[in-house]
Amino acid sequence: MNFDMGSYGVFIWPAYAVSVLALAGATLWTLWAWARAKAKLAALEKARPPS
Amino acid sequence: MQFLFRYANPHYFMRLSGAVLPFTAIATLLCLGIGLYLSFSAPPDYQQGRTVLILFIHVPAASLAMIVYGAIAVCSLLSLVWRHPLSDTAARAAAPLGALFTALGLITGALWGKPMWGTYWVWDARLTSFLLLLFLYLGYMALWNAIEDEMRAARAAAILALVGAVNIPIIKFSVEWWSTLHQGESITSGHLAPVFLAPLLVMLLGYGLLFLTLWMVRIRTAIVERRARNLMQTGGA
Repeated sequence: MNFDMGSYGVFIWPAYAVSVLALAGATLWTLWAWARAKAKLAALEKARPPS
Repeated sequence: MQFLFRYANPHYFMRLSGAVLPFTAIATLLCLGIGLYLSFSAPPDYQQGRTVLILFIHVPAASLAMIVYGAIAVCSLLSLVWRHPLSDTAARAAAPLGALFTALGLITGALWGKPMWGTYWVWDARLTSFLLLLFLYLGYMALWNAIEDEMRAARAAAILALVGAVNIPIIKFSVEWWSTLHQGESITSGHLAPVFLAPLLVMLLGYGLLFLTLWMVRIRTAIVERRARNLMQTGGA
């Protein structure tokens, strides 16, 4: 693997940084929303009076 | 169609997606890992030099931006014509991901354009129609949030998605129909050397699998949120 970008590094590294941050952020946000929704449903089901 | 309706049932979808998700998540990590390794191992292009590395993240992001919009349009059609039970949820869940891929396509494209074209931006047909795609995504999401009645919001958003779908072939063929600064097709042209084509295809697959994984999780989240809302409305809590 070659990490020497020469004078193009100022364009290549920001492009990769933005992509990694955006995709990792979207993944974490999606997983957080899923965990929150699941926890909320579990709490509601627990609080439901027995039928 | 029968198959589609069977798995559009939230109960079936939760079961199916729950079984598929671990595999798509692992495949995503594998593809992106291998894709990055191949990308950084590729030699400099004789014209672009090392900026060819940007191609490996720009093309997948731009392709996914269009594919996701296509998926939203198909879901919208299913919703309007066949009242497919999960299609509105699926379309709404895909939109923020599509907007993200579009923004990434624009940013990485600008960062490639500056050293290669001498400018971050030109108002040519490809770039302008692609920017319009971002506005379509933002408008679609805004419409969903602007209308309180979920049924009406879904209908209005579906119509907007279908009208906006005309922009997809315009983006795709803009480089052929008009004289643009943006170069023609990279993948299907046959001019790309295997040493560049391999990382590009693996990264494309990785981006596609990442979208599929996140999309399924977002649909599952929407289903669970709806169940919670129903429970609250029926006085369960």
